[in-house]
Amino acid sequence: MATGPALSIARVSKAFATPEGGEVRALDDVSLDVTDGSFVVLLGPSGCGKTTLLRCIAGLETPDSGEILLRGERIDHVPVWKRRVNTVFQSYALFPHMTVAQNIAFGLQMDKVGKAEIERKVGESLEMVRLSGLGSRKPSQLSGGQQQRVALARALAKDPEVLLLDEPLSALDLKLRRGMQTELKRLQRETSITFVLVTHDQGEAMAMGDQVAVFDSGRIVQVGNPEEVYLRPRTAFVADFIGEANLVAAQRDSSSLTIEGLGAIDAATLANPEAVETGAVTVAIRPENISLAETADGAGVVADVTFVGGDIHVDVELGANRLNVRIPSHGAQPPRVGARVHPTFLPQSLRVLADS
Amino acid sequence: MSARTKPVRVKGTGESLRDFPTFKLVSYLVLLFLYLPLVLVVAYSFNSNRVVTVWKGFTFSWYTNVLANDDIQRALMNSLRVAIVATVVSVIIATGLAIGLLRMHRAGRTFAWGLIGAPLIIPEIVFAIGTLALFVQIRIPLGVNAITLAHIAFCVPFALLPIRARLRGVDSAVYEAAADLGANEWVIFRRITLPLLMPGIVAGALLAFIISLDDFIVSYFLAGPGGTTLPVYIFGMIRNAITPGVNALSSMLLAVSILIVMISYLLTRKKR
Repeated sequence: MATGPALSIARVSKAFATPEGGEVRALDDVSLDVTDGSFVVLLGPSGCGKTTLLRCIAGLETPDSGEILLRGERIDHVPVWKRRVNTVFQSYALFPHMTVAQNIAFGLQMDKVGKAEIERKVGESLEMVRLSGLGSRKPSQLSGGQQQRVALARALAKDPEVLLLDEPLSALDLKLRRGMQTELKRLQRETSITFVLVTHDQGEAMAMGDQVAVFDSGRIVQVGNPEEVYLRPRTAFVADFIGEANLVAAQRDSSSLTIEGLGAIDAATLANPEAVETGAVTVAIRPENISLAETADGAGVVADVTFVGGDIHVDVELGANRLNVRIPSHGAQPPRVGARVHPTFLPQSLRVLADS
Repeated sequence: MSARTKPVRVKGTGESLRDFPTFKLVSYLVLLFLYLPLVLVVAYSFNSNRVVTVWKGFTFSWYTNVLANDDIQRALMNSLRVAIVATVVSVIIATGLAIGLLRMHRAGRTFAWGLIGAPLIIPEIVFAIGTLALFVQIRIPLGVNAITLAHIAFCVPFALLPIRARLRGVDSAVYEAAADLGANEWVIFRRITLPLLMPGIVAGALLAFIISLDDFIVSYFLAGPGGTTLPVYIFGMIRNAITPGVNALSSMLLAVSILIVMISYLLTRKKR
């Protein structure tokens, strides 16, 4: 891992023409370094450009500008079939007229691997995804989860420098998806191949990624490990997209932060006191970091109470802001709708967010 | 009729149309009207009486007669030659078209498809007259080759129909996956596109073959001397009289057509 990044994306942009004659910037000056042997997740809502980046790496799209380097060598003008990266497609894209074994063998035949070696590799790949014995089946005779494994085996059989996975779990039901998340992590660890996975599911990203790159409208807004992006979101978009967050309007001056109805907080005690933007700012606070105290002179009014099993969600109106508070359901009696409450929290759970 | 769908109700009465007094009768009459001519042709082809409409006894002699006839043999060879060449060429063109159409821009595709599909609805007589006029103009001699050229032209849309239907059913990510695994355009065509299209290509070929084999109007216009195909020859025969020989020949054509349609049906059904 001292060898430098396995994959390096440098200032890549890509625009698409819309049917209306306009232009959409799917990728806007995107840069990203992927450490060798790591599991990187590209996370963002649909249409944010994450899949376009994946397709650019695979060679299925050509960037308008920028460079893509695989182990230090430029690949953005190398045709798809010559790149040492392989893709697991969202629809699996198995060849319906071939058996499972033939599907896996296809990529090896393209590399002119010998017959005996192909047979050995196919067996090995099937074993790796726990499908031994199903090699002679046609894809249509397999379940969705099994087809997914075949797609994985087919791509991994070629020992790619980087494995690209395009929303690989989105077609599976919830239970299967959980299992496959663990399975993908295991495969990545065992093969130590660099994985780049695209998803819109933040839970999936947190569960699997060593690094998570959060996309917003064609840009990467934050890269970090799951704890970092969850605990230290840089922008309102990241705070809101990953987990739940209250985005609260506040006033920041050089020494303090003022939230309407709650008074001033010493700026030095904030989660990120180094943020020196002054004036109107947005701060984020997670719902689980707020407690409520029922007092007659409380600054907030309870607008709604929802019981959701382990937690109770309480909606509190606080001046112009609305706070979403999560309190444990086994604790004290939840406040009634209309009651006056005072929200309390540790100042270090407040983060001042950057504009973009 | 096996799948019982929701019965159609007659307005006002609430009765099922199936139970309406004359429904059964009309249905049978329609079937009779459709199939009686075919039954007659086949039945009388075994009639030993020279007068077609009077049954005398059972015989195979008309079949042996017909097959021994030099003119008929020549017409049959002409028909087969035309049909085979027209089928092969039109299927190759149609396969290329289907793949090309898929890659076209949406608006252009609709327009191109309209142009290619036009022969399906253009009155055949108009096409025949137009082709004749064109061939005379550019001095293409009438005969088997002229017929073959024309057949290629009108067989293309028929061959295209099943191929295109098949191509539409293929997930386009499959081609990307093949490229991703290291296949270049040619390998993708040979190992992915062609095998996936094969049932459609076979069905298209059989359809084109049938359409060409039993075409009369275009062939009649372009036949010229020595270019007589089987349908044209049969037409010549019945201008004199409907002989049991005509019936035998027609029955054989019918048998070939039914066989081919059945093969086509089985092929397209199995691969689904």
